[in-house]
Amino acid sequence: MAEPVLSVQHLVKRFGGLTATDDLSIEVMPGELHALIGPNGAGKTTAIGQIMGEITPDAGRILFLGEDVTRLSTPARVRRGLSRSFQITQLLEDDTAEDNVALAVQARAGHSFRFWRDAFGDARLRGPARAALEGVGLPPARWSLPVADLSHGERKQLELAVALASGPRMLLLDEPMAGLGASESLRMTEVLRGLKGRIPMLLVEHDMDAVFSLADRISVLVYGHCIASGTPDEIRQDPAVRAAYLSEEERV
Amino acid sequence: MALLLEQLLNGVQLGVTLFLLAAGLTLVFGIMGVINLAHGSLYMVGAYAAAVTASATGSALLALLGGLAAAALTGMAVEYLALRRLYARDHLDQVLATFGLILFFNEGMVLLFGRQPLFVNVPDGLRGAVRVLPGIDYPVYRLLIIAVGLLVALGLYLLIQRTRIGMLVRAGATNRDMVRALGVDVRLLYTLVFGLGALLAGLAGVMAGPILSVQVGMGEQILITTFVVVVIGGIGSVRGALFGAILVGVVDTLLRAYVPGLLRQVMAGPDADALGAGLASMGVYLLMALVLLVKPRGLFPAHA
Amino acid sequence: MHRLWRDERFWAVLLLALAALVPVVAPLLGSPATVGLATRIAIYAIAASSLNLILGQGGLVSFGHAAYFGLGGYAVGILYAHYASGEPFLGLIPGSNDLLVTMPVAILAGGIGAAIIGALSLRTAGVQFIMITLAFAQMLYFLFVSLKAYGGDDGLAIRRVVPVLGMNLRDPATLYWIALGLLALWLFLMDRIGRSRFGRILAGVRQGERRMAAIGVRTYPYKLAAFTIAGMGAAMAGALMVNYLRFVSPDMMHWTKSGELMVMVILGGLGTLLGPVVGAAALVSLEYTLSGLTEHWQFILGPILLLVVLFARGGILGGLRRLAGRPRQHQAQPLPPEELPSGELPPGDPVAERAAHG
Repeated sequence: MAEPVLSVQHLVKRFGGLTATDDLSIEVMPGELHALIGPNGAGKTTAIGQIMGEITPDAGRILFLGEDVTRLSTPARVRRGLSRSFQITQLLEDDTAEDNVALAVQARAGHSFRFWRDAFGDARLRGPARAALEGVGLPPARWSLPVADLSHGERKQLELAVALASGPRMLLLDEPMAGLGASESLRMTEVLRGLKGRIPMLLVEHDMDAVFSLADRISVLVYGHCIASGTPDEIRQDPAVRAAYLSEEERV
Repeated sequence: MALLLEQLLNGVQLGVTLFLLAAGLTLVFGIMGVINLAHGSLYMVGAYAAAVTASATGSALLALLGGLAAAALTGMAVEYLALRRLYARDHLDQVLATFGLILFFNEGMVLLFGRQPLFVNVPDGLRGAVRVLPGIDYPVYRLLIIAVGLLVALGLYLLIQRTRIGMLVRAGATNRDMVRALGVDVRLLYTLVFGLGALLAGLAGVMAGPILSVQVGMGEQILITTFVVVVIGGIGSVRGALFGAILVGVVDTLLRAYVPGLLRQVMAGPDADALGAGLASMGVYLLMALVLLVKPRGLFPAHA
Repeated sequence: MHRLWRDERFWAVLLLALAALVPVVAPLLGSPATVGLATRIAIYAIAASSLNLILGQGGLVSFGHAAYFGLGGYAVGILYAHYASGEPFLGLIPGSNDLLVTMPVAILAGGIGAAIIGALSLRTAGVQFIMITLAFAQMLYFLFVSLKAYGGDDGLAIRRVVPVLGMNLRDPATLYWIALGLLALWLFLMDRIGRSRFGRILAGVRQGERRMAAIGVRTYPYKLAAFTIAGMGAAMAGALMVNYLRFVSPDMMHWTKSGELMVMVILGGLGTLLGPVVGAAALVSLEYTLSGLTEHWQFILGPILLLVVLFARGGILGGLRRLAGRPRQHQAQPLPPEELPSGELPPGDPVAERAAHG
């Protein structure tokens, strides 16, 4: 069996009395699209935060491409190839869509202690930025608009383009379809399907149609603990998942 | 030994004065997210009002009431007219608007009372000294300031830990949105908290009057030291404000008392005094830098 | 699309060219004092523009920028004092009264001061950062107040400055043109930096540190570099100011001076190229006019500042843009119908999710 790209081992995170991540272990294999599902408050976003280094876990290890990254800062992990999108978009609101992506390209290109050359006309930044925007299907007419003027769906697309532009060796996607309309959701699903196989992904998502049509493997999180992990078919038939997940869903 | 104890008491006395200012500043910031440079102006308003009332009526009690009322009313007016519009703004706007208020208040005091400092006498009955330890006398008035400051600290502790308003204050300091979500009349809470902060600043000004001279600019001088206190203690934390205030008060007083003497052993008298005073003034800022190197959010960070 | 008159750089060049005529026009209008006023404006414009690099571009609210203005001033003053007394500074560095020597030293001093203060202050953010930069500036202020060897509270006077490249600095017009030339140079530099990769990082820092971390940028070194460059600009302005006033005192680094520099930036237009220049001109002229009317001009200036902050967002440049009917950059274009979010609620309740995740 191949080495996993990402291996999360016995991760624990407590906030006061609340255990947000409870002995969580998951693996993402090369080329795999691994979905992480679970009811609200199951600790999915907290898990992504810990994998990215934004939140420090209380216990456990995170291995990325065989290297222990548990103690590394977020920028250091990004430079090693981890990249995420945010559920609540974190974009540079005054800048245009293209500038947002170009900045990620620039960050990947090395240090930015360059004070003289005009970065707005730099083809080495603009080319890859436009490629990434094209890749997520944002229409070129929208590229030169400030982010503040984009629709929610467009911002979600842009989120993904920015995450892709940092040249990831693995993507962590935090609810890329949250708040999207039906047609937008379908389009996003197709974009992810296009990426599938090329970049390993950990996908947190509530849209079950998307999850079951895209994922190679699904892990189910309840109260910060992984209760089941398997192929979509296995998960669909798992009685524990049905009980825990569906009843939770109904209660919410 | 006697001198050291006296200086320590002086330090605590400065400390409680700083605490009265820092408590208001840190609460206003913790709850409303507003950085209010004009907090020092309220201290000044309290001091002036008390000084003027004292010289007009000769009554210490009326002076106290006048100072407190002037500071609290000015504070609430400022909140109602200006700060209320700044809660949702960024810190830069708040700094500039309250900077404008400082200019206004300072020049307003010059217009009303001139540039000459006013001097206030210690109230009759509070003059003289009392023996605190064998061989050590200490002024009654300064002891009273320490006692009042500590009482206020205790009162604030009870208010914050034991009452409904205190609960909201605590909740507000850690999670502002939650308090709004609870459907509390946030505006009223804000005005009350601001009024309380102004009252404490006024109290500090009234009590400082007989020790310092009452003059324009007195507010900013102490305000900046208060910032140091708040940053050291941790923004939003009343406990941190108390701890930071006493620490800064004692360190500042001891440095001022001893640094010039130490320097005089290596250089000429007047130069040593000047440089010593300067180095002592720098001391608390160095202390703050040290604290922040170790704990960037202060000693008692309120926002976990 | 790209019309000349909408480009700030065009206006900057035009304004500087017109400003260069002031010493020629002022005597004709019978107000030679205008040259002095214009010199102050040019100098403050450099200082305000340097503050704008961190405040406007990087969103770092430094409330101690006058410290570097004063450091630059004192570098000139102290070098002159040692030149006059003949004793080298610290027994090593000979004094000087030559601007070609004192200016680079001043810029260096401001840069070193800003690098040290910035290295410590930038460990914090938000209100702590505001208060710490203020406190460090106060620290330097008290240091210079206590240095009796350099005049303490009273400050230092400088005299007999040697000509620079054959230009007599005692001539007000010459000094003005030098200040204006340095302002032009500084603005050119700011424009380049603003458009460079470095400038893009600063813009990112202003708009979202979290995003910057997520694209793999450690922002601290960039913030520190910007802070240092800004300190150097302020020191250059300070050195010019001391040459203009022939006097340096701790007042140059008083916290109200830091406040005034911030006011200039905001008044003119935060984060713009010309804003700090316009703001410096407006504040210096306003102070000049008000102080001609009444001794208590701050009583009027204070409320004006308050009103500007409360009601005039975007400063003077923002207002001019609105007057000129410039289409706002943030104007949304109509969306095709299928792009509109449908009435469907997001499956996850973001508020509950966030609360649970602390």
